[in-house]
Amino acid sequence: MEKFTTVSGPAAPMLAPNVDTDVIIPIQRLVGTGRTGLGPHAFERLRYLPDGSENPDFVLNRPQYRGSPILLAGPNFGCGSSREGAVWALMGMGFRAVLAPSFGDIFFNNCFQNGLLPVVLPEEAIRRIAAETEAAQGARHTRVDLVRQVVVTPEGAEIPFAVDARKREALIEGLDDVALTLRVQDRILAWQAADRAARPWVWQPVERGA
Amino acid sequence: MPATMLDRIWDPHVVADLGGGWSLLHCDRVLLHDLSGGRALEEVLEAGHRIARPDLVFATPDHAVSSAPGRTAETFPKGGRLLAGLRARAAETGIRLFDLGQDGNGIVHVMAPELGIVLPGTVLVCGDSHTCTNGGLGALAFGIGASELRHVLATQTLPQKKPRSMRIRFEGTAPPGVTPKDMILAAIGRFGAGAGTGHAVEYAGSAVRALSVEGRLTLCNLSIEMGAKIGMVAPDETTFEWLAGRDFAPRGAAWDAALRAWRALPSDAEARFDRDLVIEMRDIAPQITWGTSPEHVLPVTGRVPDPAAAANAEQRTAWEAALAYMGLAPGAPIAGTKVDWVFIGSCTNSRIEDLRAAAAVLRGRKVAPHVTAWVVPGSERVKRAAEAEGLDAAFRAAGFEWREPGCALCVAANGEAVPPGARCVSTSNRNFVGRQGTGARTHLASPAMAAAAAVTGAIADVRQLAA
Repeated sequence: MEKFTTVSGPAAPMLAPNVDTDVIIPIQRLVGTGRTGLGPHAFERLRYLPDGSENPDFVLNRPQYRGSPILLAGPNFGCGSSREGAVWALMGMGFRAVLAPSFGDIFFNNCFQNGLLPVVLPEEAIRRIAAETEAAQGARHTRVDLVRQVVVTPEGAEIPFAVDARKREALIEGLDDVALTLRVQDRILAWQAADRAARPWVWQPVERGA
Repeated sequence: MPATMLDRIWDPHVVADLGGGWSLLHCDRVLLHDLSGGRALEEVLEAGHRIARPDLVFATPDHAVSSAPGRTAETFPKGGRLLAGLRARAAETGIRLFDLGQDGNGIVHVMAPELGIVLPGTVLVCGDSHTCTNGGLGALAFGIGASELRHVLATQTLPQKKPRSMRIRFEGTAPPGVTPKDMILAAIGRFGAGAGTGHAVEYAGSAVRALSVEGRLTLCNLSIEMGAKIGMVAPDETTFEWLAGRDFAPRGAAWDAALRAWRALPSDAEARFDRDLVIEMRDIAPQITWGTSPEHVLPVTGRVPDPAAAANAEQRTAWEAALAYMGLAPGAPIAGTKVDWVFIGSCTNSRIEDLRAAAAVLRGRKVAPHVTAWVVPGSERVKRAAEAEGLDAAFRAAGFEWREPGCALCVAANGEAVPPGARCVSTSNRNFVGRQGTGARTHLASPAMAAAAAVTGAIADVRQLAA
């Protein structure tokens, strides 16, 4: 996983509610392909016209937001499918942080697993950052600081945000969950032995069929 | 202290308290499918880990397999390569795979309940957001991403935070034409596509008690479309009768012991939920979506909303974009909108009761000449059962194509798609932009409503056909 401490750049506004993971990356791009190379396909149904050329009306195609590392989004961003490819596609496009009033639960978890920071901010704060960025034509940057847990707006105002302590540490350190969990493998095995006695039906049928 | 069913399943599954509200949660069952299963197994092995408990993992191809009659793995070659990977890794690691054409194969959330792999009180995960479906049997089931899937395969556990609890009670008797699909679409329309975020939803009330297991699976299936990754229904005699004798369900003394434990799972009458909502069944009519989010839903007697009436600028923009994509005019009655395609299938509505409900509407009628109509049974068993009672013949006689089990047009990951600009009434769960194919326009509805649209060639109120 990519570590995350701070990121700075123009914040690209895409404030529609309920932007789903099918829109972020169509499933067809995830059939038989790896996790790299998805960046050009992120938002492809909004980003390109039917003839394959860029849609000039799509906000992320505007010159000031190309390569933005920060996405400003609307409520329930990343709802829908569990596809982790949505995170890979956003990161492939250059994003390292998404700021939204709320996120789809599965997408939110998937972000942390890859080093994309999802930040929950009030809608007013997001509108404010969007307005300040637009006023400066994208020339003034927003800074997301995970160590201090603040977002610094283009005008220099500091907006604190909450982040789960475990997730924060994992992002800053770039920790691997599996390795951490395997440290308590003894407890997992003990739990399983006890559960086998308490709920044999959960385990027996599986063995009978084996 | 009174407890919810969420407490009663979650708490005993905590292997370790990780601090900060995090639990290491034991997962009793893991389901794999072709789209991500083979790669997940490969990545775990490449990282130098073992598959912790292959005997608790079950695999089936469904997402990227053709649904064409007579299909093989190679009919859709890109999917065939994924399936080849899943086959190889499952064989290597000792994971049961229910392959194409075999008894037990099907859409993962159809075959797993059907085989008794899903049991009340178990924790079950799968790399698919519609894993919430399985909560219809009283399991705690949720979808996960690729990283969490690797974690659970390597450790049989997941670090998780306990969700908040939410209950939705459906009270009263279902009015004519109102199915479980209409119940859950009406709830999403009323409470919103993000209402369940961070929550596990328990569906309760007299109307839920009256539902079959198939209906409860449909209800739970759309929990994620309300934002909740977990949906569940307390197990009861309906559940136990349905489960008894299924392949992986316990038998004999183990069954008796299981029943005693399962009867203790339901929430206490005085249990408190973080959010407690109620819907009166008399307020629900057959539902149809008009836009590109499941919350864009109407009674079939309703009119397409006007963006001028939206609550704020972002919603107005979203509604305008949805109407433009869907090719609909504000204020127009939704009924009578001409349709080009009808799809009956998906982990939402492809079980035997769904096929019976659709076939009942079709009897003595024909699919409108301009409509392409597909029915894709949810599993090999559903397909065989339907054929045994002549439903395939009824669908074919009406002009439907009778196809092979899989996700098919719900997710369009298998080379099959609704053409650009075509309008499809679908029994699936997502009307997102491009979900059924680039430019495809999806209207979600129940199987009976889908059949009504097929024979009238337009969005239609099924109650008028039944009369």
